[in-house]
Amino acid sequence: MFRYANPAVFMRLSGVLLPWVSGAAAILLAVGLWSSFHVPPDYQQGMTVTIMFVHVPAAIVAEAAYGAIAVASLFSLVWRHPLADTAARAAAPLGAVFTALGLVTGSLWGRPMWGAYWVWDARLTSFLLLLFLYLGYMALWNAIEDEARAARAAAILALVGAVNLPIIKFSVDWWNTLHQGESIVSGQIASVFLLPLGLMAFGYMLLFAALWMVRIRTEIVNRRARSLMQRAG
Amino acid sequence: MSGPFVSLVMRDLRLASRSGGSAALALAFFALVATLVPLGVGANLNLLARIAGGVLWVGAVLAALLSLDRLYQGDFDDGSLDLIALSPLSLEQVALAKLLAHWFSTGLPLTLLSPLLALLFGLPGPGTWALFVSLLIGTPAVSAVGAIGASLTLSLKRGGLILPLIILPLLAPAVIFGAGAVTAALDHLSNGALGLLSAFAAAAVLLSPFAAAACVRLNLAG
Repeated sequence: MFRYANPAVFMRLSGVLLPWVSGAAAILLAVGLWSSFHVPPDYQQGMTVTIMFVHVPAAIVAEAAYGAIAVASLFSLVWRHPLADTAARAAAPLGAVFTALGLVTGSLWGRPMWGAYWVWDARLTSFLLLLFLYLGYMALWNAIEDEARAARAAAILALVGAVNLPIIKFSVDWWNTLHQGESIVSGQIASVFLLPLGLMAFGYMLLFAALWMVRIRTEIVNRRARSLMQRAG
Repeated sequence: MSGPFVSLVMRDLRLASRSGGSAALALAFFALVATLVPLGVGANLNLLARIAGGVLWVGAVLAALLSLDRLYQGDFDDGSLDLIALSPLSLEQVALAKLLAHWFSTGLPLTLLSPLLALLFGLPGPGTWALFVSLLIGTPAVSAVGAIGASLTLSLKRGGLILPLIILPLLAPAVIFGAGAVTAALDHLSNGALGLLSAFAAAAVLLSPFAAAACVRLNLAG
């Protein structure tokens, strides 16, 4: 883990990985989208079930991104891992976009299924709160000018949020539940849907990984350019 | 420990009661929110009794938010936070003292005022009692989570704008359980909301001083 903390090592490694990861993401998303349109209609939901293939992976990535931020923040606080701050900061806007994507696709799915674009269902609500957590986290990063201080404050906030996120999820579930329950791990989902869903989920994850790497690389290059300019006076 | 700890609590309480009377301002804000809601939704007492728990809980959280910037920012700006950090108290104890003082000056008065506002909303006896108890249990959690936000933003010139964005999503469980306890009392149910609220409050009050102390430490280091 710590060998990759060196920005130079990270630049070299990610430079090699990036084309492969982005290529794999493009192929998986293309095949996944194609097969999404070729599933039989669901016996209850009809063709609207195809929305699932863009909705569920977005939601998975949105939650995973917060997890990634929390882990990076832990590394930054405990081991002062120099790349962890950059990684955490770079993941936040991506996570926020995937959260928003999950909310939008979910609301488009909700209109034909529940008869409304928005219902105050537990999962929708906890995702809305997750979006606000992302926004608050990004706002804190931008508000503090001193970069090292901003990094540590944001890391503390990310960890507080990570502790609180399960509680928020539980409380909102306790409050109201309309959303369908989990059906992937428990095996209730029809197997024809599983293949496109899996392809799309991996495609989304690789897309996130590729974008994340690009953002971290951009930040490292930016920093180098800034220090060169300062040296030049 | 008791000497400096108690005097720090007393100092913060004195500041809250004297400098512009921000404790009284929070109460006035709370009462005003409760007055504006019937103007917005209509004077139907049945409806108002139904939504009283949620409205008063949201009002209490917002009122407590108002005075949070005072918690650390004032002391940071005039340098007294540096002196407090030099005191025999650890920063965790300082954070706990400030949390207590904030609760005594906002959470407790809000709780004591709530039965009066519940009366205006036509909340029946069991509902009022549930509101009172849930605020008594839940407002320490509001102060605790708020203290984390206040310490994160203590060096910001316009921390007051970003603070609600950080704090409010984290306080969703308190509002859900607090208002849920009132609704349950109205329906003569027992749904465990007060127990869950107590658990949330206990965890928040326990963990908040550590997070707040870490934030203060990083801001004083620079």
